[in-house]
Amino acid sequence: MPTRQIKFYQVGSHAAGNRLLDPELRSVQADPERANSITKGHRACQGCGEVLGARYALDAAMRATEGKMIAANATGCLEVFSTPYPESSWRIPWVHSLFGNAPAVATGIAAALRAKGRAEDVRVVGQGGDGGTVDIGMACLSGMFERNDDVLYICYDNEAYMNTGVQRSGSTPPGARTMTTQVTPGHPGNAFGQGKSVPLIAMAHEIPYVATATVADLRDIEAKVERAMGLRGARYLHILVTCPLGWSCAASDTVKVARLAQQTGLFPVFEAERGEVTAVSQIRERRPVEEYLRLQGRYRHLFEPARRDDAIAAIQAEADRNVRRFGLLAGGAGAGVGVGVGGLADGARSVGREGQ
Amino acid sequence: MLEQIEGSKAVAKAVAMCRPEVIPAYPISPQTHIVEALSAMVDAGELAPCEFVNVESEFAAMSVAIGASVTGARAYTATASQGLLYMAEALYNASGLGLPIVMTVANRAIGAPINIWNDHSDSMSQRDSGWIQLYVESNQDAVDTHFLAFRLAEQLSTPVMVCMDGFILTHAVERIDLPSQETVDAFLPPFEPRQLLDPDAPVSIGAMVGPEAFAEVKYLAHAKQLQALDEIPRIATQLTGALGREQTGLLRGYRADDADTIVVALGSVLGTIEDAIDELRDAGVSIGAVGIKAFRPFPLSEVGAALGRADRVVVIEKALAVGVGGIVSHDVRIALEGEDSRARESRPAVHTVIAGLGGRSITVASLKKVFEDAVAGRLPALTFLDLDSGLVERELARTRASRRSGPHAENMLRDLGFVDPNPNPDPV
Repeated sequence: MPTRQIKFYQVGSHAAGNRLLDPELRSVQADPERANSITKGHRACQGCGEVLGARYALDAAMRATEGKMIAANATGCLEVFSTPYPESSWRIPWVHSLFGNAPAVATGIAAALRAKGRAEDVRVVGQGGDGGTVDIGMACLSGMFERNDDVLYICYDNEAYMNTGVQRSGSTPPGARTMTTQVTPGHPGNAFGQGKSVPLIAMAHEIPYVATATVADLRDIEAKVERAMGLRGARYLHILVTCPLGWSCAASDTVKVARLAQQTGLFPVFEAERGEVTAVSQIRERRPVEEYLRLQGRYRHLFEPARRDDAIAAIQAEADRNVRRFGLLAGGAGAGVGVGVGGLADGARSVGREGQ
Repeated sequence: MLEQIEGSKAVAKAVAMCRPEVIPAYPISPQTHIVEALSAMVDAGELAPCEFVNVESEFAAMSVAIGASVTGARAYTATASQGLLYMAEALYNASGLGLPIVMTVANRAIGAPINIWNDHSDSMSQRDSGWIQLYVESNQDAVDTHFLAFRLAEQLSTPVMVCMDGFILTHAVERIDLPSQETVDAFLPPFEPRQLLDPDAPVSIGAMVGPEAFAEVKYLAHAKQLQALDEIPRIATQLTGALGREQTGLLRGYRADDADTIVVALGSVLGTIEDAIDELRDAGVSIGAVGIKAFRPFPLSEVGAALGRADRVVVIEKALAVGVGGIVSHDVRIALEGEDSRARESRPAVHTVIAGLGGRSITVASLKKVFEDAVAGRLPALTFLDLDSGLVERELARTRASRRSGPHAENMLRDLGFVDPNPNPDPV
């Protein structure tokens, strides 16, 4: 009897093929009736992680809200490449005001919907890059969080100001070269011991929901958006989005690089509710940070012309600390669900010890 | 209904009668009493379905107002001074997007040195922000102008600032006539937005615009302000009918028709100016005043017509364009240049008097002296009312004498005896 081998096109991951799932379990993107919230015609770069993340996140939000959603966008790549006048790639009601005020504009939309009696059926999403969120928009974001305004804010974090040509942000990782953290003798790119974690800052506001995700696991993004839209109040989703231009990696490696960020432990993927971690995406196959670094030109100076073992070891130590702090390895201490404020507090204390 | 009431509270009541739907607010003196009163009314359910949002900054206040306005809600906030500057970026955004937000500015000086008292430095710094600016003379004027402001803003889909002198008006308790809710409802119809974020009809608002159309979008804002030159007097006339009180449209003259000398000013100082004019008129001086209510748009032809026959114009300015002098005077000169009825050489001379900075009292005596100097041909093109030039000269001398002469403000206060001359004695 003749047999035909079934081809699985998805390689390099442990994910089952989407088409083998029951229809109700399939990706929103497998649904021909999906919203296409951001649709064709935009000017994103080849391999852009941000537009990939935005497409999955917003279409999932549109499904969760049954098409009743308004988005407020910060200035940045996503805004610029989606709305070159007079064109727009948005099929959802969408407003762009300023670089630093997207969370406050979203608050205003939510307040207006309450005043208009539409808050029950129409939901609000604010979104921006790391510059608009981590840096210039931080005050508005924190205000929106502490008031517990009914907004899901999504940060698409590509770890630098890419729209203006790759300058350092508060989210740029140590050792990375940007146009304002150049590689010079004695300075291997961005300084060590700086930067901030907005997911942890968001948790400190004790808002209903905080989650991180990467564009390597698009189903995870969808699930977290769906979870977020099932809740009321301030919610925060921080998605690591590969930037082939700014990270100087191959456009075809967007997903691979994002996956390595998670599998090395450099980017912990977790969920938290009311300030406590409730779920952690564990590392299935732990990779050394060097694998992640070597794919990206922004770290090339760590390997050429001379290998910088000190810097590579410091980045590895950061990954190790994340693994420990968030319990990223199966069976590890404090692993998985159950890591709460106590676990984080322990981690926070370990920062002090390491600093001594 | 007549009430003895503080200016801020009267304005809050007027705003409440305009049925705002979203009020984001951040405290700053001397505006704070307005939003405090509105907060209390929202908490008491008197403004339902209005949302009051306690924001973390003025930048956020204007941003929340922008979000509310694009969602079709009538949005209002109030600020002053540093707060107005902190929201500057959002001010330009609101006008560029054409959002009919109404804001009260309780005029206050801008630091440094930090100063909470009244002048017009704050709103004058935003004269080119694309907002319509209406300056009120009294608390009754402040109350009535808010009804006009909402109507004007929503008719043109452009934001309007109502500028009232901080403390002088905001904290003054006076007799105010507040109209009935029915009167205001009849005058101000519900807000019908020109643009709206609506899931049933999605649009993109705030797209990037390059050189191909940017000038045209900006010109639209200008065109709307030019329309406002017609709309403000028209709405003011209707408001006069609705309230039974005479309303100023673009500007107002006081004993100016036959005057050789005309004083130009904005805001509450006009009352003091009128007192000085009355005394000078009694002494036989031909002098009058023109109070400008609409500073943006600037009513060039109306100002030109009102001043064109005078011999000289004295502009009392509560703000300083450092390095040049007057701000209003500049626009007054443009207005006079537009007057074809007189040849260039016979146009009235324009004198700028910077007065009342940081809350310095503007007295009838000082004004009379300036006006008498103007009539006698002794007033320079630019003067600073009651400036202590000796104090300035001594500080300049100190800066010449020593490289590290120290902070100006502290030096000058010490010079005046307000500060201990030896504040840091050697430790024993």
